[in-house]
Amino acid sequence: MRLPDPEQLLDRLYAQLKPQIEDSTALVGIYTGGVWLMEKLLQRLQAELGHDIVHGKMDAAMYRDDYAKRGLKTAAQPAHIPFDVNGKHIILIDDIFYTGRTTRAVMNELFDYGRPASVKLAALINRGGAELPIRPDMVGAELPLQAHQAFELTINTLGRLSLSISESDPSVNPSSNSGDDANV
Amino acid sequence: MYNPQLNAQGQLQHLLSIEGLPKRILTDILDTAENFVGVAEREVKKVPLLRGKTVCNIFFENSTRTRTTFEIAAKRLSADVLNLNVSTSSQSKGETILDTVNNLIAMHADMFVVRHQQSGAAHFIAQHVPPHISVINAGDGRHAHPTQGLLDVFTIRKYKPEMHNLRVAIVGDVLHSRVARSEIHALTTLGVPEIRVIAPRTLLPSDVEKLGVQVFHNMEQGLKDVDVVMMLRLQNERMSGALLPSSQEFFQTFGLTPERLALARPDAIVMHPGPMNRGVEIDSAVADGKQSVILPQVTYGIAVRMAVMAILGGGNAA
Repeated sequence: MRLPDPEQLLDRLYAQLKPQIEDSTALVGIYTGGVWLMEKLLQRLQAELGHDIVHGKMDAAMYRDDYAKRGLKTAAQPAHIPFDVNGKHIILIDDIFYTGRTTRAVMNELFDYGRPASVKLAALINRGGAELPIRPDMVGAELPLQAHQAFELTINTLGRLSLSISESDPSVNPSSNSGDDANV
Repeated sequence: MYNPQLNAQGQLQHLLSIEGLPKRILTDILDTAENFVGVAEREVKKVPLLRGKTVCNIFFENSTRTRTTFEIAAKRLSADVLNLNVSTSSQSKGETILDTVNNLIAMHADMFVVRHQQSGAAHFIAQHVPPHISVINAGDGRHAHPTQGLLDVFTIRKYKPEMHNLRVAIVGDVLHSRVARSEIHALTTLGVPEIRVIAPRTLLPSDVEKLGVQVFHNMEQGLKDVDVVMMLRLQNERMSGALLPSSQEFFQTFGLTPERLALARPDAIVMHPGPMNRGVEIDSAVADGKQSVILPQVTYGIAVRMAVMAILGGGNAA
């Protein structure tokens, strides 16, 4: 597969995101890739709109449904939600949308901070394979991937994104339902 | 070397003592605890990790604070908590420790938090439980109190992140203190270069230098230029015979007063595992002073205990 430039996908995502921003909007980046994307999106939004947008970060390690099987993720990142969630229109930012289980975990954690007015999901890539009735509302590209493959989004010191595909041995874990750490 | 605390994959299976745990395990617990500090500040002070699990606090020796913080930690992880004060329970009727534990296993307990007046009690229980059950030592005799040691180093790391550059003094009744032993092992493993103990000869174990600490019998010398002062409680209830003339005299020589604290570095922090004997090992002006981090220790203790339980409680259903 010829991979698109993630910076172009981010342009597309930005075009869908910008009209959604209102006074009570708050962005929440999902670690790790979603936080990079959120920071890049915030820079542009703030430059164009001329004001700050409240935002936070989360990885929902304590809400994942694979804890009993895999234990607590090491090097989990602390959630940082420096605003009142009650009544906010929240837009979650994730890099790769796959099973929807991360989104579910993040929503569960979010509701422990308060009752948002609405929650939407923006993802750079939807790789297909949702296992829950959850889909991104805004997406940079739909790029279906085999179960044994995973997208890897990285960022360099200059803040430029790049995208690659990693392959795992398909015989080890043929079903997608446990996911992998990179794309769940 | 066989370590009963680790499973075949080198992951933490029980927390019995800090001695013998590698740095990566300690760091993992402390890093995980960072994530739990914020939970208490949210609208819902709970995460669902241990939902449906039962944590049993078995206390063969009284303790209000430690049991309470373990209970809060387990509840904030959504576990069901059973508190058993065995000193007032079946043991007085003659039941053995293992009978007590096996009864709780038959009730489908998933984790045991054990305090016992005998050193080695938690080890003993850990050797006799099935592999899906974890045991946490909440203090055994004079041996160890690993979660207290961990919460102390967590607190130090919060205020003094440069652990490899610290001078730490542990003051008071080292002889009877499982806390001191756990602190020394934790500080050493995390790379603190200079650990001092300050105590009268009668309140020091005879082989204390083997733990890699410098020994002082004089507060004025021992406190000079330290970054952290860790006070210990004078454990009158464990003392037999004349180890000390009187608690007033102890305060005269080894009590932490503002004047003595002034010998430490100006930004030094003061810690105490509680409960404090004001006017015996610590002056109220110091305990309530601006260098005291004694109450933050309590708050961080919950996050550290949540981290330990969360690490032990997951990844078992493979």
